Amino acid sequence: MASQEMEELVQREYTQGFVTDIESDTVPPGLDENTIAFISNKKGEPEWMLEWRLEAYRQWLTMTTPSWAHLDYPPIDYQAISYYSAPKKQEDKPQSLDEVDPKLLETYEKLGIPLHERAALAGVAVDAVFDSVSVTTTFKEKLAEAGVIFCSISEAIREYPELVRQYLGSVVPQGDNYFAALNSAVFTDGSFVYVPEGVECPMELSTYFRINAANTGQFERTLIVCDKRAQVSYLEGCTAPQRDENQLHAAVVELVALEDAYIKYSTVQNWYPGDEDGKGGIYNFVTKRGDCRGDRSKISWTQVETGSAITWKYPSCMLRGKDSVGEFYSVAVTNGRQQADTGTKMIHIGEGTRSTIISKGIAAGRSDQAYRGLVKVGPRAKNARNFTQCDSLLIGDRCGAHTFPYQEIGNSSATVEHEATTSKIGEDQLFYCQSRGISEEDAVNMIVNGFCKDVFQELPMEFAVEAEALLNVTLEGAVG
Amino acid sequence: MLEVKDLHVTVDGSEILKGLNLTVNPGEVHALMGPNGAGKSTLSAVIAGKDGYEVTSGEVLFEGKNLLEMEIEERALAGILLGFQYPVEIPGVKNIYLLKAALNAQRVARGEEEIPAPEFMKLVREQLSFMKMDGSFLQRAVNEGFSGGEKKRNEILQMLVLQPKLAMLDEIDSGLDIDAMKVVAEGINSLRNADRAILMVTHYQRLLEHIVPDRVHVLVDGRIAKSGGKELAHELEARGYEWVLEESAA
Ligand SMILES: Nc1ncnc2c1ncn2[C@@H]1O[C@H](COP(=O)(O)OP(=O)(O)O)[C@@H](O)[C@H]1O
Ligand SMILES: [Mg+2]
Repeated sequence: MASQEMEELVQREYTQGFVTDIESDTVPPGLDENTIAFISNKKGEPEWMLEWRLEAYRQWLTMTTPSWAHLDYPPIDYQAISYYSAPKKQEDKPQSLDEVDPKLLETYEKLGIPLHERAALAGVAVDAVFDSVSVTTTFKEKLAEAGVIFCSISEAIREYPELVRQYLGSVVPQGDNYFAALNSAVFTDGSFVYVPEGVECPMELSTYFRINAANTGQFERTLIVCDKRAQVSYLEGCTAPQRDENQLHAAVVELVALEDAYIKYSTVQNWYPGDEDGKGGIYNFVTKRGDCRGDRSKISWTQVETGSAITWKYPSCMLRGKDSVGEFYSVAVTNGRQQADTGTKMIHIGEGTRSTIISKGIAAGRSDQAYRGLVKVGPRAKNARNFTQCDSLLIGDRCGAHTFPYQEIGNSSATVEHEATTSKIGEDQLFYCQSRGISEEDAVNMIVNGFCKDVFQELPMEFAVEAEALLNVTLEGAVG
Repeated sequence: MLEVKDLHVTVDGSEILKGLNLTVNPGEVHALMGPNGAGKSTLSAVIAGKDGYEVTSGEVLFEGKNLLEMEIEERALAGILLGFQYPVEIPGVKNIYLLKAALNAQRVARGEEEIPAPEFMKLVREQLSFMKMDGSFLQRAVNEGFSGGEKKRNEILQMLVLQPKLAMLDEIDSGLDIDAMKVVAEGINSLRNADRAILMVTHYQRLLEHIVPDRVHVLVDGRIAKSGGKELAHELEARGYEWVLEESAA
């Protein structure tokens, strides 16, 4: 589409206001204010949303990519990325899980978790994002009964503009960091959850992300708000088919927990890590942050990271409310040429705030990973407590694991504990298992899964099973 | 069943086993004794297939098969099980999980179905009570936080469940008090049958009072310097190893 044409289209459609009919389209590569207007228009957004995006874009232009992470990758050409792509035809969109790409189902079957079984699993609602547009939403009625809103962010912007406007960017502001700014400018989809006061969400909410169209950046935006005394458990997982070119993924997830609210956010991430040389893998630059805004609120992040060529991700908690609690449980596995720089930030602002960090890193092949954790205790955070445990397991001797724990303690009544270990997968442990007739590969899986136990037990049951299977697939051929 | 012929093994460039010969037949219990550093653990490790040991010459046959060409797990699946002197801890891996994986690996290798859970639980519980072990052991991580005696019992528990053809026990008696020793010895004795061979590495006569061996060998300086019946163990207990050395040097 010529840019003049596009501009016309933008002008025309934009003035019409809400556009619900999304026709098949992929915007040509490149990023400028027109692209953003095009996206906003495609999504049928109100004007304030477009303005918000443009503000983000203008901030992004003045920013540079962070260089401090322990990562090595070629510069990304942001003009070579296409910022919008939708399924070809409305009628091609899967209306139910039965219509989901068999490839995706196959992957889950390989992992021992057929997707169609998941839909049947009572208590799991699915909102799948395929190629930037939400297409499958189930269990809506049951949620509606409870008053829970669970929909795509695009729909939320149209249907619940006040809620979105109140909370969007309130945890991760537009200009928070380079990738968050980019996301704020161009996000195309993601999920929105609102759990009203006193409501315990009747089921686990689950979203599958998948990257599909070649050379298309993915910019999901997720916003979860738990009102007073509300609770929700949210599951995010993803897989991706093989790719030739590196794909950028820059998601933003914002969690808001009001008084006595509890948000549990679990991720199993399995994006294509690239071939043995790292070619073709996903670049995963994510900003995830939870805001314990109310007293006694609690936010818990659990993640299992096995994919991506490059991961840059620090799910964090802002512990504002008095006696609020932040938790971070993480397993990161890297193999081949993968690079991961992950960790968390626990920012203790309120009195009596507590945080727990359990990080398990497993490096195999020629991969490299870093744990980067910040525990910050502000001057008002009387009696704040943190416990950090960060263990690395190396498989083979060509991989690396690094730990960078940062502490900024601004209140002398705080208690901050840090434990760290790095060990090589024990020859003795392997020998022990093998001498019992267990194959080397199974032995590695067993030992690694054991190493990760503390984190896996934080995952919802069906996710834990999947996580173990994922780990095993990821470490295939890691030894020997 | 097991034939070790003129076995030479070096570790880090120095020769530890220097032409060792040993034959163990089905139904026999052999005790391997000898001073510290003689190479007893080395022999059991080489038979089990541990890395880091270079066999420079000689043969090890198990039921006529060349053991030295087999992977560690293949040896185990062929029926060899090593009870460790220092069983390793495997954090996060439940004891019962390891047991089940090991048993199923055997069954699958034999072309059988994996064991049904109720049958497995029944089997394990029986053996567990035989070893006077509490049910909680199954749910604990493999050897993690186990006392020395508990670790040793756990090794025997595995033997009882896995029923190897050749059970090798490396200083299973070390670190055991008298009561634990009795339980462990009973476990080992219950393994004795006409088809199974047992090779016990031990320093002390004490264990051999509970488990009476058919043959006793003295390993000195990388070779079997002397072999005999159970009375040899008594003699060693009374006289030490020096005289064997002198005798064999003469
Ligand atoms: N992994 C190893 N590296 C270096 N030396 C070893 C190793 N294992 C055993 N040895 C040496 O081999 C010799 C025999 O050891 P070992 O078989 O453990 O004796 P034993 O069990 O009879 O006490 C000792 O001198 C010991 O130091
Ligand atoms: Mg020894």
